[in-house]
Amino acid sequence: MGLTEVIKEDVKFSDKLLARIAELKSHFPEGKHKSALITVLHEAQDEHDNWLSVPVMDKVAELLNILPIEVYEVVSFYTMYNQKPVGKYSFEFCRTSCCCLRGAEDLIEYTCKKLGVEEGQVTPDGLFSVKTTECLGACGYAPMLQLGDYYHEFLTPEKMDKLIDDCKAGKVEFYSKG
Amino acid sequence: MGRKILLEQVNIPGINTYEVYRSKGGYASVEKALKTKAPNDIVEEVKKSGLRGRGGAGFPTGMKWSFIDKKSGKPRHLVCNADESEPGTFKDRYLMEKLPHLLIEGMIVSSFALEAHLSYIYIRGEYMWIYKILEKAIKEAYAAGWLGKNILGTGYNLDLYVTCGAGAYICGEETALIESLEGKRGNPRIKPPFPAVVGLYGNPTVVNNVETLMDVPWIINNGGEEFAKIGIGKSTGTKLISASGNIKKPGVYEIELSIPVEEFVMSDEYCGGMETSRPLKACVPGGSSVPILPSNLLFKTAKGETRLMTYESMADGGFATGSMIGSGGFIVYDDRACVVRNTWNFTRFYQHESCGQCSPCREGTGWMEKILWRLEHGYGNIEDIDLLWDIQRKIEGNTICPLGDAAAWPVAAAIRHFRDEFEFHVKFPERIKYRKHFEMQPFESVKHLLQKQVEVAV
Ligand SMILES: Cc1cc2nc3c(=O)[nH]c(=O)nc-3n(C[C@H](O)[C@H](O)[C@H](O)COP(=O)(O)O)c2cc1C
Ligand code: SF4
Ligand code: FES
Repeated sequence: MGLTEVIKEDVKFSDKLLARIAELKSHFPEGKHKSALITVLHEAQDEHDNWLSVPVMDKVAELLNILPIEVYEVVSFYTMYNQKPVGKYSFEFCRTSCCCLRGAEDLIEYTCKKLGVEEGQVTPDGLFSVKTTECLGACGYAPMLQLGDYYHEFLTPEKMDKLIDDCKAGKVEFYSKG
Repeated sequence: MGRKILLEQVNIPGINTYEVYRSKGGYASVEKALKTKAPNDIVEEVKKSGLRGRGGAGFPTGMKWSFIDKKSGKPRHLVCNADESEPGTFKDRYLMEKLPHLLIEGMIVSSFALEAHLSYIYIRGEYMWIYKILEKAIKEAYAAGWLGKNILGTGYNLDLYVTCGAGAYICGEETALIESLEGKRGNPRIKPPFPAVVGLYGNPTVVNNVETLMDVPWIINNGGEEFAKIGIGKSTGTKLISASGNIKKPGVYEIELSIPVEEFVMSDEYCGGMETSRPLKACVPGGSSVPILPSNLLFKTAKGETRLMTYESMADGGFATGSMIGSGGFIVYDDRACVVRNTWNFTRFYQHESCGQCSPCREGTGWMEKILWRLEHGYGNIEDIDLLWDIQRKIEGNTICPLGDAAAWPVAAAIRHFRDEFEFHVKFPERIKYRKHFEMQPFESVKHLLQKQVEVAV
């Protein structure tokens, strides 16, 4: 498949997402709709298995009336956008100093070992992946991880076991999207 | 109990909802400001209060507001900086989660003072659940007539929206934030021109921290002079401190800008003392960018005076023996912590977060990270310490934005105060092999080995 074909590949945005994008655009003055880009990309990512493929990015460009390159350069700058598939449950552990003082490194090791993955990898069943991030503003409630829109704090190996079991049982909410 | 300005009502059930917030006197400052004051009166009141920016730099807020260009006739904007990503800092999150309407109230009054009609809250993308809280609160405020056209029939119009980032510390720097808010990569702009003249969409713009804006309603309700009565000298009012690390009670505390540091760390009202019986070793009192202080310089200044939680006292002694209040991210280390490892951790953070525009910052943070990695992992040599010192000196002051300085200062302070710990890593690589080297044997208990080596050499 040539590049142009990839880019032209059709992706579907739900009506809800399209309405949301229209609402977000309305928050900015006429001619400044590009300002909505970063928020729109979050929403688009959430609707497309938590990562941004080229066709999804191109669709965003089209909806905001900007060039695809303007979207790519933003996506590659910000760490919250995934440019390749991640696990359905993507554990994002803070690895910065304050969390390390409270055992973050041990907990990351424990989780990777338990899931049989290394940082950045996805489990074979596609269910889990582990990523490390910089300070998430939860330093006093360490160690912690982010899962979707939510923080899980004061973690211990026992709580980690339970979280993983709950994810497997489909009992964990991760998007606060109304 | 210390005086509370921001957190006085925080424990009232439902205070995060419009109804409860309003029933407890919320939005009174908007009525007072819009109905009885001119925009300039508000700027003057804030000047009188002595309020200084709570985002880190501590610049006087009233003065900053008076720089906004009103002559050009262009639209003006107020942008709230809710990017909160400085390691050790988690106070804005607490404020917005608990008191979203106080932020909106502060933004209305402050926008009015600046004669801005379109304002934004820029929040870090990771705080998505708070984004939702703010979005809901803004809708409530619109519905109740505090936002929109002709607010309270005064003819003043204001639109306020929340928008977000997506994981980039640099977007906390105000010009990078503006770039990001325009839907671009967060590359800081060269100043001047300052945002007060050329900011969002090329219009005059003021960027203020969440906490700064939340202080404004109290100042309008009670008067700037009342605010200035709290605290000491040029450190007026209260400040939120987010405390973390090896203390008994990590969390967010509101302090009067006057209490002794020792009281903050040791008293049950605040941190509650150390986490375990292990002694205090060091403290980073104002977020990862400020100099680390060894325990002997934390409770007392080099002159032997009691060190206070004020901008001036914390900085007493300059960078040689002092530090900064910064963002209020107060990180406490006991003797299990390794300063080299911690410095490496911070430097990796800055290397990761450098936007890459200036070579001293982009390359320098990378070199420092590599050298610190090798020191921490037992592959360093003694010249590395001076090399690190050299690199950090060449970054400082030679970059577009202060991230370069923020990366340099922690390295400089660590070497200044803990040089022997760096030397120990070079001379006893087998003793630091294990990641938790100082957990088993605190540096204090093995430090004498360095001394012995010197004697043998002599
Ligand atoms: C690298 C860098 C990161 C910053 N991050 C933040 C931040 O997360 N929140 C914040 O309020 N200010 C941050 N600042 C400071 C802002 O540039 C700006 O000074 C502040 O928002 C002004 O508001 P204030 O005067 O109310 O403090 C940062 C500065 C730099 C250089
Ligand atoms: S100092 Fe660093 S972060 Fe700031 S503009 Fe230069 S490269 Fe970017
Ligand atoms: S250091 Fe982990 S949340 Fe701040």
